[in-house]
Amino acid sequence: MTESPPKPMKEPMIRLEGVTKRYPGQDRPAVDSIDLDIPEGEIVIFVGPSGCGKTTLMKMINRLIEPTAGRIFIQGEDVTGVNPDQLRRRIGYVIQQIGLFPHMTIAENIATVPKMLGWDKARIEKRVDELLELVGLDAPAFRSRYPKQLSGGQRQRVGVARALAVDPPVMLMDEPFGAIDPITRERLQNEFLRLQAEIRKTIVFVTHDIDEAIKMGDRIAILREGAKIAQYDTPKHILSAPADAFVADFVGAGASLKRLNLTRVSELELSYWPTLPLGTDRAEVLSLLRSSDKGSLLILDGQNRPFRWVTAHDIDRDDVPLEEAGLGPGAVVGPEATLQGALNLMLDSSHGAVVVVDGQGSYLGAVDFATVAQAIQSMRREARDQLRAAAVELSDTGGMATP
Amino acid sequence: MAVSFWEYVNDESDRLLGLMGEHAQIVLVSVAFAVVIGVGLGLLTYRTNRPRHAVLAVTGVFLTIPSFALFGLLISPLGLGTTPAVVALVMYALLPIVRNTITGLREVDPAVVESAQGMGMGRGRRLLCIELPLAWPIIITGIRVSTQILVGIAAIAAVINGPGLGKDIFRALARVGTPTALNQALAAVLGIVILGLLLDIAYLVIGRLTTSKGIRD
Repeated sequence: MTESPPKPMKEPMIRLEGVTKRYPGQDRPAVDSIDLDIPEGEIVIFVGPSGCGKTTLMKMINRLIEPTAGRIFIQGEDVTGVNPDQLRRRIGYVIQQIGLFPHMTIAENIATVPKMLGWDKARIEKRVDELLELVGLDAPAFRSRYPKQLSGGQRQRVGVARALAVDPPVMLMDEPFGAIDPITRERLQNEFLRLQAEIRKTIVFVTHDIDEAIKMGDRIAILREGAKIAQYDTPKHILSAPADAFVADFVGAGASLKRLNLTRVSELELSYWPTLPLGTDRAEVLSLLRSSDKGSLLILDGQNRPFRWVTAHDIDRDDVPLEEAGLGPGAVVGPEATLQGALNLMLDSSHGAVVVVDGQGSYLGAVDFATVAQAIQSMRREARDQLRAAAVELSDTGGMATP
Repeated sequence: MAVSFWEYVNDESDRLLGLMGEHAQIVLVSVAFAVVIGVGLGLLTYRTNRPRHAVLAVTGVFLTIPSFALFGLLISPLGLGTTPAVVALVMYALLPIVRNTITGLREVDPAVVESAQGMGMGRGRRLLCIELPLAWPIIITGIRVSTQILVGIAAIAAVINGPGLGKDIFRALARVGTPTALNQALAAVLGIVILGLLLDIAYLVIGRLTTSKGIRD
């Protein structure tokens, strides 16, 4: 997450200069003279109501749609005149329907661009396996399967792996999680953010879903009809200081609730929760339970992974072996989960807490209502400070500061 | 009667097999021409509207011309023999091939084509590596239907001295009432039916072998 007011950017990865698209027979341009700098290594989201031209704007970057006017630079090079096929091989492309080639195996799908670039067989094979592991699919099991044998979520991952095949510096993603059920979407989004932390691509991401934009974006460009940029800023600033009524309206009610989507579990101070290793005897478990105010404790297995929740009531029943007492660990989240995701799970859980684990599944701590309340309070403090600062600035300049 | 029919087939087996070979040959040669022309027309017109409708209408009309009449009509420009027979058969074979090529190509998921284009596949490569392989099961079904139609119609080509089993049918028809006429006609018809079945099985096998496992039912 980027902090504080947008700093002057270093040399942008992608620069749009006066990019315009007019369709014959329409008096208003679909995209009207857009200037935009997209910094290296960030996810920039184009979001806006349907028909606002966000997809058109994105597709002009890899020239699936040719701009009528304006120039597009990638890494400082004007790409408006280069061979479009050559250009596209340097830009990863993921669309909502994924568009895997159904008659090719997963390996062949991923190998598409490397093959066109003339890589040798051994290098392609190695890269395919590497990419499958990168997106969390077991390479030997998936390599020779066909797309129809995969679930929606698996196809989506293959789509991302295919787009990353030749390690392009830039990726374009058109509603990449749009066609996936909400639960899988949440998981894939988190996974993708973890992946992005590793690969640091420059990503242009189109969505109509402001919540997804807030969650996924380092910066968000909110577009209004005619692909005019209403506001281009970090999610935090868009939520706390919408540029105008259109943006405020588009962000919608509950901006503060949406801010829960901006905070990751890893940024919170996790609550202490009593835990004991598996195999502790009943008496010890009971005494710890009595001394704690939580009402339940978490048993961890040999690898320090959450094993079972137990309460005093579970322990009292000596007809059940201790290993089977209580309930399973229930929902766990990784450190990259958003506070909103954690809150959702917490409301559903029986213990009023959700367990946080690291990448290996080891216990890190818990998020409970106290954690959430604390986080919300600090957010409110921050917003208040910002408003005050803005008010001071206004009285200083004596008028509206242009964003 | 039955005995004498099998005796007839037995006595004439060499000649009948020869005719069957000729029959298969003219059918397959005509289908081959029709595939080149039909798939070509399909490729040229599947993304347009008017030319596509025009091609389908014209090839549809071909199929409605009575075969007897068409063979006759071709005598004055092309004379007698194999050439006019092949031309007529190609005309009959076009509609199923063109129609299925167009349908097959138009049914390819646009998202698949868009992702291919977005990955930097040019027009030719997209057609060759993505669209045609995906449309192939439907195209080969069209070729199979055309072949079945031609196996039957090719018999009529004998009226203009075309090759094949039709010769025996017309000879028999010219001698209705003589002792061997019925056997001769029946044997030729049987040969045509068997040839049709054999070709159909061949298409099933070829279709299966040439269709990717990822898009087989």
